[in-house]
Amino acid sequence: MWRYAARRLLQMVPVLLGTTFFIYVLVFALPGDPIRALAGEKPLPESVYQTLRHHYHLDDPLLVQYGKYLLGLFHGDFGQTFNGQDVGQLIADSWTITAQLAVTAWIFELVIGMTLGVWAGLRRGGLVDTTVLGGTTIAIAIPTFVLAYSAQLVLALHLGWFPTAGTDEGWPMSYVLPGLVVAAANLGYVARLTRTTLAENMRADYVRTAVSKGLPYRRVVVRHTLRNSLIPVVTFLGTEIGYFMAGSIIVEGIFNLPGIGHEIWLALQIKEGPTIVGIVTFLVLIYLLANLLVDLLYGVLDPRIRYG
Amino acid sequence: MAEPDIADVTAEATAAADVGAPASLWRDAWGDLYRRPIFWISMVIMLVMSAMAAFPSLFTSLGANEHCDVRFAKQPPTSWNPFAAGDHPFGTDVHGCDYYAQVVHGTRAPIVIGFSVTLLSLAIAVTLGSLSGFYGRWPDALISRITDVFFGLPLLLGALVVLTAFPAHGIGGVVLALGLFWWTTMTRLMRGQVIAVRNADYVQAARMLGAGDVRIMARHILPNAIAPIFVFAMLNVGVVIGSESTLDFLGVGLQYPSVSWGLQLREAQDVFVDYPYLLAYPAVLLTVTVLSFLLLGDAVRDALDPRMR
Amino acid sequence: MAETLLEVEGLYVEFRLRGRTVHAVNGLSYELRAGETLAILGESGSGKSVAAQAVMGILDTPPAYVTRGAVRFRGTDLLGLPERRRRAYRGANIAMIFQDALSALNPVHRVGHQIAEMLRVHRGMPRSAARARAVELMDRVRIPSAADRADDYPHQFSGGMRQRVMIAMALALDPDVLIADEPTTALDVTVQAQIMKLLAELQDELSMGLILITHDLGVVADVADRITVMYAGRAVEEAPVGELYERPGHPYTQGLLASVPRVDRRTAALTPIAGAPPNLSAIPSGCPFHPRCPRARDRCATEVPALRTVRPERSSACHYAEEVLDARR
Repeated sequence: MWRYAARRLLQMVPVLLGTTFFIYVLVFALPGDPIRALAGEKPLPESVYQTLRHHYHLDDPLLVQYGKYLLGLFHGDFGQTFNGQDVGQLIADSWTITAQLAVTAWIFELVIGMTLGVWAGLRRGGLVDTTVLGGTTIAIAIPTFVLAYSAQLVLALHLGWFPTAGTDEGWPMSYVLPGLVVAAANLGYVARLTRTTLAENMRADYVRTAVSKGLPYRRVVVRHTLRNSLIPVVTFLGTEIGYFMAGSIIVEGIFNLPGIGHEIWLALQIKEGPTIVGIVTFLVLIYLLANLLVDLLYGVLDPRIRYG
Repeated sequence: MAEPDIADVTAEATAAADVGAPASLWRDAWGDLYRRPIFWISMVIMLVMSAMAAFPSLFTSLGANEHCDVRFAKQPPTSWNPFAAGDHPFGTDVHGCDYYAQVVHGTRAPIVIGFSVTLLSLAIAVTLGSLSGFYGRWPDALISRITDVFFGLPLLLGALVVLTAFPAHGIGGVVLALGLFWWTTMTRLMRGQVIAVRNADYVQAARMLGAGDVRIMARHILPNAIAPIFVFAMLNVGVVIGSESTLDFLGVGLQYPSVSWGLQLREAQDVFVDYPYLLAYPAVLLTVTVLSFLLLGDAVRDALDPRMR
Repeated sequence: MAETLLEVEGLYVEFRLRGRTVHAVNGLSYELRAGETLAILGESGSGKSVAAQAVMGILDTPPAYVTRGAVRFRGTDLLGLPERRRRAYRGANIAMIFQDALSALNPVHRVGHQIAEMLRVHRGMPRSAARARAVELMDRVRIPSAADRADDYPHQFSGGMRQRVMIAMALALDPDVLIADEPTTALDVTVQAQIMKLLAELQDELSMGLILITHDLGVVADVADRITVMYAGRAVEEAPVGELYERPGHPYTQGLLASVPRVDRRTAALTPIAGAPPNLSAIPSGCPFHPRCPRARDRCATEVPALRTVRPERSSACHYAEEVLDARR
């Protein structure tokens, strides 16, 4: 296991360097003035302009610039907004909200998604299966922002089942509706993935062996099929975090939850380029870290990988 | 094979004496597809949407942003039945334009971007995937590492950064920004396919008969490796369309005076509580379009996978 | 005569696939006595594996359906039992091992756990006792340093060792009947011999009934007592192993013997059986073998021959069995 973990960690390094370098070059090193581009059409006072040029080390050679930038990232320096605020501080102030939203969404995905998946997978072709398939297809097809507005309009404003926006009622009540909205599509994917892998694994030779051992049906499903079916679902949870991050921008914006996504939402409204780039860079790092964890979990679940 | 008897029985029964042969697999899949109503429904929806994107004048006599009058802004449709709602079947938008015409014109951008991003990524994936799979060694290592890096950037977040760094862009810019992060999975698939086909007996045989790289690639590997990647790409056009609309909605995608469903939804966001129809029309069209790709994808996947029948 | 352990009578199994019906087993009957080794011999597609799975009750329904027949274990018809009671027989009275042990063992559980699971579920043994017994069983099937290897995963074993793990698992509850479905087909020739020898020894020690399903005449010659030959889902011949080799009673068996090399007889040339195995969704009328049979006459195309006793201890499903038996080869 340790060798596997070390190998995964080593493979992570070039990806980490590659992604940050890519973002850096894209934003700060391509022809044109990066600071003016990030400001969009806004006029920028000369003093702010100079501060930002200095902050991003734009007068140094490219690799030195990147080196200083990378070093900054490791010290929590994700750049500065136009009015001199530290983006790292912005993240530090808001991440707890996003974490609560993430946990809520995650619970929905795993509990509802996997339950539906198992239920449908064990009764392939039946009424439950067809309903789950249809429902999840629709959940995946509706864009998050459409779902967010519809849910807000109907479930919160008209029916009054949930708070319309804000975090006044705290966790979990204020997070239930946003969590459900941001989880909807992934919940659909989790359910379908669980259904397919479970149905496939139920036909595996080792499941036939388990049946021929005279084990009760429940044990055959839970001990011999479910664990193996979890493996692809876990892998999916890695890429899933990317969807969640994009979704949290929309959902935190619409439901007015002051988390990291909300900061990006606000920055998008006022065209705050440095904030967007800084926070997205942070999210990419989290994404890579999360995928590393998922890889390790994959190793825990599948001995063939661990000892491979 | 673990169960020779059942496997044989199944193989005989599916009448596909040689399931491995692509021709019979596709013919089988077609035989399965054309009996599914879902397949036809999604095909019709896609055809209508494509027609709307290509020839909006067939559906409305107005051009995009034409005859708009702010004095008549935000007039709800007189009836939810568009055929009984008079001059403005969908009402008017915040600028006082006929909403029906705007929604029709809003089809082009997502459809064009959806297919362009798909074709661009497909081109990148086929090129890189076949080089990587065919030559192995350092080209493979290099391409695989680059793929890993781009795989580390989620589609929407990546596109968000690119479009923020280059605020002045049109449709082309959005296509590039999405395409830049969309090719990775397809490249990995393509590489796997090429490696599988490269090691197939008939390719080894062709090589022994003295066929060169180019000939083997063109005659044997590409035709057999591309099909699954192509299917995968086409089935995910819906995902690209959804992503494009999200970018428009967030304000980093297309900008006014472009017309797209995403922009219409963005304009509706401040007033949707009082004018829900502004949200409803583009939202329904967008959802139905994405849904038709998903359903088509399901149908094709089921038809192609004989085990799942 | 020893007690009859297992009796299969008029068993029919069909697969319903996309509007087509494949008749995999068509009225198979056989008997297994205590302490006896019965080989079931047939080509792939003859229904031998499907029949065994029907006996175990592990067919997937759908697509497979047992439509008629009886499977009696010590007189109890297993097919008539509800699933709950049927389960108690699996593993405890009738156990089965499969061809490909790699895919038949669960990849994510340690092998010791997979063996011990039998004892814990059926006998409610505590974890440590079950594990100790699992190690004993692994030792008994001659897996070196069994105590250490019990903590390994299936993919860490060689093919032969994996099959030994399967056997240890099958023997965990001292079953009365062991069904071995092509147990050596996936193995190297030298390992094949070791596994067959192990099975024969264990069968002798434990005096189980052993059903050996195979397509390979060579594998069964040394270990089997009797052979049932299957064709198109039914038994076409049944005989003590020596007699069958010496003097086959069905043209199909004759064809099989002529198509493999033998050390005990000098043959001028090997002759394959003409034609192809039957299409199971359109089995030929009359005797299913008649299109390929060198002795076929008009009657064979219309009249299904029953499996009948032609000599003491010998049955054949050929209209002209006596003729075949008497023929000089």
